[in-house]
Amino acid sequence: MRIDCVVNGEPRRADDVWAGESLLHVLRERLGLPGAKNACEQGECGSCTVYLDGKPVCACLVPAGQARGREVVTVEGLGDGDLHPVQRAFIAAGAVQCGFCTPGLIVAVHDLLARTPSPAEEEIREALAGNLCRCTGYEKILTAVRLAAGREHES
Amino acid sequence: MSPVLGAALDRVDGRAKVTGAARYSGELNLPNLAHAVLVGARVPSGRIIGIDCRQASVADGVLTVLTHLDLPRVAARPKLFPSLFGLTAHGQSFFPMQDDVVHYAGQPVAMVVADTVERAEHAATLVQVNYAETPSVTLLDQGRDQTYEPAKIFGGLLPGRNPTRGDPEAGLRDAAVRLDVTYRFAANHQNPIEPSTTTAVWDDLDRLTLHDATQGPTATQLSVAELLGLPPTMVRVVSHYVGGSFGAKALIWAHPTLAALAARRVGRPVRLVLSREQMFHSCGHREEQEQRIGLGADRDGRLGALRHDKTSLTSHYDDWAETSLEAPAVMYAAATYAGGYRLARGNTITPTFTRGPGAATGMFALESAMDELAYEIGVDPLELRLRNHTDVDPSTGNPWSSKGLRECYQRGAELFGWSGRDPRPGARRDGDWLVGTGMASAAYPVAAPMNPQRARARMYADGSAVVEAGISEFGTGALTAMTQVAADGLGLPFDRVRFVGGTTDLPNIAAAVGSAGSGATSSAVHLASTGLRDQLVGQAVADARSPLHNADPAGIVVRDGRMCLRDSPQTGETYVELLRRNHMPDVEALGVWQPTPPDGGGHGMFTFGAQFAEVAVDADLGLVRVRRLVGVFAPGRVLNRRTAHSQLMGGMLWGLGQALLEATRMDPHTGRWANASLADYLVPVNADVPDITIDTIEVPDSVVNPLGVKGVGEIGIVGTSAAIANAVHHATGRRIRHLPITVEDLL
Repeated sequence: MRIDCVVNGEPRRADDVWAGESLLHVLRERLGLPGAKNACEQGECGSCTVYLDGKPVCACLVPAGQARGREVVTVEGLGDGDLHPVQRAFIAAGAVQCGFCTPGLIVAVHDLLARTPSPAEEEIREALAGNLCRCTGYEKILTAVRLAAGREHES
Repeated sequence: MSPVLGAALDRVDGRAKVTGAARYSGELNLPNLAHAVLVGARVPSGRIIGIDCRQASVADGVLTVLTHLDLPRVAARPKLFPSLFGLTAHGQSFFPMQDDVVHYAGQPVAMVVADTVERAEHAATLVQVNYAETPSVTLLDQGRDQTYEPAKIFGGLLPGRNPTRGDPEAGLRDAAVRLDVTYRFAANHQNPIEPSTTTAVWDDLDRLTLHDATQGPTATQLSVAELLGLPPTMVRVVSHYVGGSFGAKALIWAHPTLAALAARRVGRPVRLVLSREQMFHSCGHREEQEQRIGLGADRDGRLGALRHDKTSLTSHYDDWAETSLEAPAVMYAAATYAGGYRLARGNTITPTFTRGPGAATGMFALESAMDELAYEIGVDPLELRLRNHTDVDPSTGNPWSSKGLRECYQRGAELFGWSGRDPRPGARRDGDWLVGTGMASAAYPVAAPMNPQRARARMYADGSAVVEAGISEFGTGALTAMTQVAADGLGLPFDRVRFVGGTTDLPNIAAAVGSAGSGATSSAVHLASTGLRDQLVGQAVADARSPLHNADPAGIVVRDGRMCLRDSPQTGETYVELLRRNHMPDVEALGVWQPTPPDGGGHGMFTFGAQFAEVAVDADLGLVRVRRLVGVFAPGRVLNRRTAHSQLMGGMLWGLGQALLEATRMDPHTGRWANASLADYLVPVNADVPDITIDTIEVPDSVVNPLGVKGVGEIGIVGTSAAIANAVHHATGRRIRHLPITVEDLL
């Protein structure tokens, strides 16, 4: 099948997509956007988080056909020429290690702060509950969220 | 040393990772790429009596299906050997698809190659394999009556029985207080977020390039070359970014070679990505094990005897046990000691390194037993450790290269608020929660490769420098820390130096394993950088046109790329002036570090630390919540405070996982792991994270390596689980002697 959708602001097309393909596969293998990662294959780890029509989804669980005519934003599309403040905060807080969970976390935090510019501690933890990280111990990730939210004095 | 060394600088790879620009081993855009998918054995033991690939072979997009009947034979039987030592580093002495024998469930029995990964995955389900199944051993209990003491473990490098000190049986018999306790440990899997991945490409000249997720590019190169019967010159490995490892990618398993064989067969580049489920039976694990500790002490708690025995499950063909006895054997001044390994053969892949290998379990056993002893004799647990503190390595009587443990205890106790602790179990309550505190010591060996470690530094005439060594970046922060080491050695600003790793084209560095990576690489980088600096200083001194002509090189310092007299800083010139005047576009030097021998030239070499934990246990539900962790470690020199503390924090959270969550459960009826997914194998999530405080005590160490770096990758996990379990006992009065501790244990 053919899939036309808007990815990171640009109209994109993928042809001969098999009905069983995931959105994650189309992004990574057909559209040259490997930022979202394939790690658990079951929506458990959040490494593949992207926006679909403005809502964060696990791209590994979304059949590619569902993206037809819709808008997808990946980690590659968050910066506007320069780094987005969330991306800057992840670097500054030391919230990045191996980097494999990072793109999914960046999208999840981007979404959290778009909805809740100054989230409470519990809201941060809840929003990131679906993202696994094996390197950092999470604390620096929470620091990055506070930093991006302009609450670095609390970290 | 300049301030750049140790500074909490931003990661040089941060930008690539937060933008999605970093390319991992399965993310290369190669024309004509094909995909390989492995088919694993469904039974744990037996023979393949029939294998039907007809349906799979004609499925859409399938290029080939390979089985033991047609996969080329490998050129050598692999030999298990730890990658730390810089040679071939196979994870096990078995290569699959060479004959019809099944040793363990999940062992590859077929490989499908197709034009897309979906088509390969689909065709893999069409391969029909019939087995003649035989009885299997997949649990330690099933093999318990057939255990044996191995002559050697650890690739033949360590004896199956540690050297005995004195007469421990007499020591135990004569002790005023005796303890004999057994601790059990579930199997653990590393579960890095990136599954193991290899992309194999053969070029027109029959040279192989492997883009491989590995802790050691050279280890992959040498190991695959050996199996394929190729000289290492024909195998190149590229590994720039690796999505975590924790031991899963420390040794070389079958999949890189299988990817290479698949690519040769189909004449196209081939990518092979292990599925998450395959990660549980393709690259080792921390083995199911139990450890028995005997302690003999006087009434004051001074140890007279330590006996430590481990029994664990290994594969049919390798004598593997993670080295759980090494750190406990030297932790305290016990006058007598005995310890040994016993193994049971089972239907499993050979177990392997998992973060804090050996020490994470061994120190749980010892530090739990020490807590039990403290309660037995009524001494504060920290005071008991101090009474048994040793200023020499008790196994040899040699001095330590450096220690810092007393400082760790003291600082940790201050940060935690240990003093004045009410020792009574179950005495502190906070609503529904029983609250308790516990502590433990941490120790991990400082190991080094055997082969010389090399790095190359090159400076250009504009005063910028590139420093290179063949390491991979798998999350540790090595690229950043090595840039700092190079900038310090060269006397250049951080942003004038670029450190490059990630391929076997670069000077050889052993795999970064066992916390040895930062020590080995920093030594080579330091020697390359200071060597190049000295070379340039020497050139200036010899140059009649230099203001430093005929100066004493020992009196010259370099700051921000300018060489000058220490006592007269206005006299000097920049590297740029020297190089331009002499029409030199660049200049380079090789740094070679011959690692410290394992005996440290008459020193005990260990990293030490102290761990403190506060837990709350729901009195009715048995739920354990860790409220606070404090870890203080003495890892020698810290190269970057931020990345080092992140490594330590990650390690401590692994300890929390080991204590309360992580277990791979074997189903003995099928012989397969019952929870081989990230949904079923529980790892800590952010909601599990307590308030964690980390500090480091930087004790100088002139023995371990030139910069005195002991490493931070492993020590963070060591002792955490014991501190938590000891806190659980303090909270509830219940002594849980197995890991993980779950709700059922505390109901």
